Amino acid sequence: MSGNRTIRVTGGILLAVAVLALVGPWVSPHDYATTNLDRILASPSLGDLHFFGTDDLGRDLFVRTMLGIRVTLLVAIVASLVSLVIGVAYGAIAGFVGGRIDAAMMRFVDTLYALPFIFFVILLMVAFERNFFLIFVAIGAINWLDMARIVRGQTLSLREQAFVEAARLTGLSMPRIVFRHIAPNLIGIVVVYVTLTIPQAILVESFLSFLGLGVQEPQTSLGALVDAGVKQMERASWALLVPATLLALVLMCFNFLGDGLRDFFDARHSS
Amino acid sequence: MLRYTLLRILGAIPTLLLVIALAFLMVHAAPGGPFDAERVLPAAVEANIAEAYNLDDPLPKQFLHYLGGLVRGDLGPSYRYRDHTVGELIGNALPYSLKLGAMAMALALLIGVAAGTVAALRQGTALDKVVMGFSMTGISIPVFVIAPVLVLFFAVKWQWFPAGWSSTNGVGRYVLPVITLALPQIAYIARLTRASMIDVLGRDFIRTARAQGLGTATVVRVHALKPAMLPVLSYMGPAIAAILTGSVVVEEIFGIPGVGQFFVRGALNRDYTLVLGIVVFYASLIVSLNLIVDILYGAIDPRVRYR
Repeated sequence: MSGNRTIRVTGGILLAVAVLALVGPWVSPHDYATTNLDRILASPSLGDLHFFGTDDLGRDLFVRTMLGIRVTLLVAIVASLVSLVIGVAYGAIAGFVGGRIDAAMMRFVDTLYALPFIFFVILLMVAFERNFFLIFVAIGAINWLDMARIVRGQTLSLREQAFVEAARLTGLSMPRIVFRHIAPNLIGIVVVYVTLTIPQAILVESFLSFLGLGVQEPQTSLGALVDAGVKQMERASWALLVPATLLALVLMCFNFLGDGLRDFFDARHSS
Repeated sequence: MLRYTLLRILGAIPTLLLVIALAFLMVHAAPGGPFDAERVLPAAVEANIAEAYNLDDPLPKQFLHYLGGLVRGDLGPSYRYRDHTVGELIGNALPYSLKLGAMAMALALLIGVAAGTVAALRQGTALDKVVMGFSMTGISIPVFVIAPVLVLFFAVKWQWFPAGWSSTNGVGRYVLPVITLALPQIAYIARLTRASMIDVLGRDFIRTARAQGLGTATVVRVHALKPAMLPVLSYMGPAIAAILTGSVVVEEIFGIPGVGQFFVRGALNRDYTLVLGIVVFYASLIVSLNLIVDILYGAIDPRVRYR
């Protein structure tokens, strides 16, 4: 598959999933929290509009799955923005200042690379009450290392180029050079790495929710739905297979999209 | 080499201290104490509990106390499993986790390297594309999705392998957990091997070897494999971390009484000392294994030693 087609296909699938998640619950007559004990673990059917069946409390799984996608995507995007801000600021400063400070800052990143971050996030979830905000920040705070490295490398090479030299000669201040002249040239690479950070954030969030440490009932996410599905899988395999397939699909699309974008920008740089 | 090894070991100590301090601080920065949630206790009883667990000391003193215990291999008492120390709990559970992790790692290396090498040799063919497609899928699907789906089909529907962890199931009980843990790593290692093998096969010394009339199998085995394994070796650190993370899920799903299961139980029960102890244990394990990988890297690739 050529780079461009990969981007279009995976981007299209992700867009379709996102639109479905936004519009789906609005179209369905059911809502995500109403239990119906007469219809426990009903199999998927078009007749009563339970497209994905119901769960062990009789709640409609179609609406819950759509809600789960929303929550998963929201957490992933906000967490990625958190890691974007930390990573770009850290990397740009290290790269632009250079010298000893740069070396020390990068040594610190190397040290952090060796740590099992996911366990720290779990520790954080245990120590503090589980809340949405903490999940965003915690997941964002562990995924900025790659971004910092990439941005630093890029800044380092940009810093030496003639247009930056020219900007410096005209007497511009350092923040102005960084924001007006260097930052715009980082956008391509940053977009690629945000796309690759999103699936990592999804993975962490769904891992936490799967263990019961993330999003709490009656709210849900794809990870929490997989967890619920595991408990019912012998009687209701769809409760596991639907959210599991969607989670895998979303993760795969983001990974392919990131790869495709990287090839696209690489090709542009080398030509 | 000795200098390099010593420097690496010295470098790992601050990392380890940083990890322990970070984990310790996180637990102790939590609002409320570990015994708050249960019921209101008389002030005297609370003071006694606080004293018994050293919770009334200033934080730096508590940290030094904890570090002192760690040096002697003492991770403190568990807050929930009252009759056991954290060290005992980890010690009893560790053999299961080690066995599982080692088997998964061995399987991942074996299949990953083989698949990556084959894909590199058949670069651009349908076989290459199948291997790479499979590997991208393997990277994208999380362990907690692979495990229940494998159980659903291979244990519940077709009943080829057992899903439970009773000893009556014999060796068969290892099959699904090990495959689950190994799959994502197979995918990663296959990708890494393919990329670096393609790179190595394009070098001059390979052309020389071929020019001498050596067959492809010999060229790969004798000349290309070792240099091509360097990126895979440096991936071992993250791989070990990933297998540890995955084992938490796998042990939970398959009911294996390993360290990961205690970790989840501890996290859900808010057993602070147990969770802290396991995080410190995991982190030390990862830091030491990374250290070993670093030293091995230096032993295999002399260029690294003189940087």
